[in-house]
This record gives sequence, C-alpha cells and structure tokens, in this order.
Amino acid sequence: MVNPQMVMYEEEFNQIQGVVDRLVREANAKVVFIVDKNGQLIAASGDVENIDTTSLASLTAGNIAATGGIAKLLRENEFATQFHEGENQNIHIQLVGNRVILVVIFDSKSSLGLVRLRVRKATDELNRIFEALLSKVAEPGGDSPFAEITDDDIDNLFND
Amino acid sequence: MSFINYMAREINCKIVYYGPGLCGKTTNLQYIYERTNPDAKGKMISLATETERTLFFDFLPLSLGEIRGFKTRFHLYTVPGQVFYDASRKLILKGVDGVIFVADSQFERLEANQESVENLRVNLAEQGYSLDKIPYVIQYNKRDLPNVVPVEELRELLNPMGVPDFEANARDGVGVFETLKAVSKLVLTELKKGGA
Repeated sequence: MVNPQMVMYEEEFNQIQGVVDRLVREANAKVVFIVDKNGQLIAASGDVENIDTTSLASLTAGNIAATGGIAKLLRENEFATQFHEGENQNIHIQLVGNRVILVVIFDSKSSLGLVRLRVRKATDELNRIFEALLSKVAEPGGDSPFAEITDDDIDNLFND
Repeated sequence: MSFINYMAREINCKIVYYGPGLCGKTTNLQYIYERTNPDAKGKMISLATETERTLFFDFLPLSLGEIRGFKTRFHLYTVPGQVFYDASRKLILKGVDGVIFVADSQFERLEANQESVENLRVNLAEQGYSLDKIPYVIQYNKRDLPNVVPVEELRELLNPMGVPDFEANARDGVGVFETLKAVSKLVLTELKKGGA
C-alpha cells in the first residue's frame, strides 16, 4: 500500500482530545472536531450530542478535497483555511499538517478573530502530536490486532 | 487506507462504488440504507443535482459488527458517474480500501462500462493504487431488463482478471448485499495480511 495505515493509540488520542477540549473552552466554540482527510472522525468535543459527527466528518473531508482540487488547478499548494458564515452559526476549517482537518463550529458567543487565534495555537500542538504518531506507526513490529483474525471471524460478521 | 482506532476499539474502512452514469451506484446504497437495521447505519448523504444525478458523492456509514473486540465500520461512497465529473471522482478515490464496479448490463451501455473501468484504473493509479491489487469486485446490474448483454460476454470484457462478480438488479435488491459482503471480506482479508 502506498499510504501508511492510519492508527490511533490511547496516548496520542488523549493528547488530541486534550487539545480539542481546551479549544472548545478557549475559543468559546460550540463544537470542535478533528477528521482525517479521508473523512474518518478522530476526535470531537463540545456539544456533540446534537450533531451528526459522522456525516459532518465525511462532508468536511469532501469539502477539503474539493478545495484542494481547486488549489491544484490554480497551482496553489493548498488553501489551508476556510471560513463559512451562516446566520446563526459559523464554521472554521483548518488543514493541519496537510494530514488532518480541524473544524470549529461557533456562534455569536465567539468571534472569527478569537477562533483564528486559538486555532493557530492548537494547530502547532496538533502538528507535533500527529508527527509523533506517524513516526510511531512507521516503526516496525507494531502488532495489528487483525494479523490474528481467521477466515471464520470474517465469515461470522456476515452470518446474520 | 483503513483507520484503526485502539482507543475507541474501532476499525474504519472505505468502500467506493464506481461505474458509468446511471448504472445504479446510488440505487445500491439506497437499497442498503433501506434494508439495514437503524442502529447499524448512519444517515445517508447524497450530494446530487436537482435532477437527482450524483454531483459529488453519496455517503453511507455502516457498522458490521465486531471482530476480536474491534467494531468494524464501513464507509460506503459512490462517485458521480457522468464523464465530465472526473475531477470529483478522483477525489473520492483517495484513501479507498475496496472498490465495487457497477456495470450497466444493457447493450447500449457496453462501451460506457469499458470506458469507466479504464477510467477507474487510471484514477486509481494516480492515487498510487493498482486495480490489480486493491480489493475489487464487479456487479453486473440491471439483469432484469430485456436488452442485456449475456454475463459471459460482460465478464470477458470487464473482468479479465476474474475478480468476484455478481449479477444484480439493484432496484429490487437482488445481488446488492452479496456484492457488498464480497468486497468487505476482501478488505478485511487484506487488513489481516497487512497487519502481519
């Protein structure tokens, strides 16, 4: 495979969750979440009970992919930041290390200036965490829980 | 590229339905959505034009159950089939773990199928994947229509590698789950190999 597999361990997950939890508070945001560029949700914080994070993750990744396509056509490296302004809610989307996407949803309790400021700080931290995670994944000898699965395990998934 | 989350004990995989315009990719997803237990599926999203042609993609998240304590989740995507949406199709293929090619069995769509398979091969290669290596199955759809090409002929033209293939009538659900199961199995088998 060309792409390394995305793997998340407890240690890095807790660090990432710490960053998004703090970002919700410091940016007065409603919801903050992190998605990988393929649309898989990595972490979320804030008022997540009332939103469909799986769908949001997929659409955000699609959005970033489309914007990346436009950038390529214009011979830009990327458009790392996007901002969508609604009547009641706004969404700030930031590409982190060209690998994951940081999404902040906020309303009139916050402001674009504050969100941008806090996102910039969080982006640096996330970059460090994801770099460490990637080098950990690249290390040989990491056991996959799937190396041990049998054909029966796979068949059993489809028996109902 | 699957995503293994040790924290949530989850494994996420991405399956893409590919094929020429109006071959029934969205119809496959709609049938799966209708027939899946509510707690095993998320919302189905369709980014479509006003005439219900896929503009960017359809998306359906599915939970298949657990393997060795890990929840297996599959994210199903369709590409827009119309020729001029090629830029969007390339984007959807990013990070794909398995591909289902939905062929339109009607005589008049024979050439469109061949062009679409070739387009799939090229677009996968651009992302660094090879159609010969990636988990891949073929579905011959619309078998219920009167003007269809015999399966043997379709197989010869579209499936020279002899990957698993299925006859289907996606509107009534015939062959839909069989096709999905086949590619899911291949994806999980690939994970097993990749984890060694």
